[in-house]
Amino acid sequence: MTETRKVALTVNGKRYEADAEVRLTLADFLRHTLGLTGTHLGCEHGVCGACTILLDGLTARACLMLAVQADGHDITTVEGLAPSATELSPLQEAFRDNHGLQCGFCTPGILTTLTEFLRDNPEPTEQDVRIAISGNLCRCTGYQNIVAAALDAAKRLQAAR
Amino acid sequence: MKPPPFSYHDPRTVGDAVALLGRLDNAKLLAGGQSMMPMLNMRFVQPDHIIDLNRVDGLAYIREANGALEIGAMTRQRDIEFSDLVRARCPLMHEAIRHVGHRQTRNRGTIGGSLCHLDPSAELVTVAAAMDATVTVQGPDGTRQVEFAAFPVAFMTPAIELNELVTAVSFRTWPDGHGYGFVEFSRRHGDFAITSAAALLTEDASGKITRASVTLGGVAVAPIRAAEVEQALIGHIPDDKRLREACEACRKYEALDDIHAPASYRQHLATVMSRRALEQARARLKSHASQPAKH
Repeated sequence: MTETRKVALTVNGKRYEADAEVRLTLADFLRHTLGLTGTHLGCEHGVCGACTILLDGLTARACLMLAVQADGHDITTVEGLAPSATELSPLQEAFRDNHGLQCGFCTPGILTTLTEFLRDNPEPTEQDVRIAISGNLCRCTGYQNIVAAALDAAKRLQAAR
Repeated sequence: MKPPPFSYHDPRTVGDAVALLGRLDNAKLLAGGQSMMPMLNMRFVQPDHIIDLNRVDGLAYIREANGALEIGAMTRQRDIEFSDLVRARCPLMHEAIRHVGHRQTRNRGTIGGSLCHLDPSAELVTVAAAMDATVTVQGPDGTRQVEFAAFPVAFMTPAIELNELVTAVSFRTWPDGHGYGFVEFSRRHGDFAITSAAALLTEDASGKITRASVTLGGVAVAPIRAAEVEQALIGHIPDDKRLREACEACRKYEALDDIHAPASYRQHLATVMSRRALEQARARLKSHASQPAKH
């Protein structure tokens, strides 16, 4: 029994249409069907936050959605955060400058999470940032610099405003 | 990991969803998916059919009517978190919902899903018990109301039939100026609470408690309404000594014993969390200016 459906959606501003087995998660659809492997899969049951994407501008865990549920929706993955192939977003730049990543596995989920968070909370405290990323696990335990990068990014975004 | 094979249905109306439930064997409803999807991915559940409620019209709303706040079953936890109406009329829920998972899960998770999943330590389940919520259930013969006290029938098992679904939850609002408190103990922010407590209070002109609701989450398979604590407060000034002594009653409830904590620890936490929730509620009582601020 392999029931499939056509899924038409926008990912990072680009239209895609593909067949998906109905049981396929959105995360696997992005990675395997569309080849967008920036979205990482850690636990695949909603604990680690690595697969966080933006669904119509709001973060969601791509492992906790079916691809068919994304039909007609607008998705942003980590590949869609930078303004161009040669530039980084202010948040990404802050991560680079603050050593906000070590192995980088959790980074896509943290960047998408913080993209939403800093958009909605332009002047966060350190505690706000820690709560915001409480649903993202970093096995390198590099949280100090992730928090520093987020606070730095907030300042950069403020300055650019 | 991927879910086991299933047939996928995405009805557009509640009637169609109920009809599918009646027609299909071994079907599971998919609401926000923040518990169902992990269970599917790990194959704890192996349904032959998934009925996705995300494209059903008319199940996401928050409205006030007849002294109650009615929330549609598919209302996202996020929309409850940012609702001015919830904040004004149901501040306990506003306080509690920030403890529900994380932003990423609240963006998707729904109130109906949380109540039907009925995790013993789920915050919304505790709030529903604290506020004597009424659950609206729709089946082939129409709708019926279930008082929340009768909603949990066993561990993670709500009082709904296989051919029924929850469409709304109604919370009787408390009067303006009532005190409310919600606290929980968890190892990390956003984790399921090992023990949580919700408290609601009203007082009379002399500062004596006229109405109290004290609820413990995570202690047993369903929320515990600590009636003994409530009774010990009504008619009395809620000073520190009275709160402390009243909350001692929480130590005697039969408690879950699992990998997260032994029963004795939950019983200890129950006394501490209930007292802290009551202290918060007391500090927020605004019925009378004579009440000294106790922040």
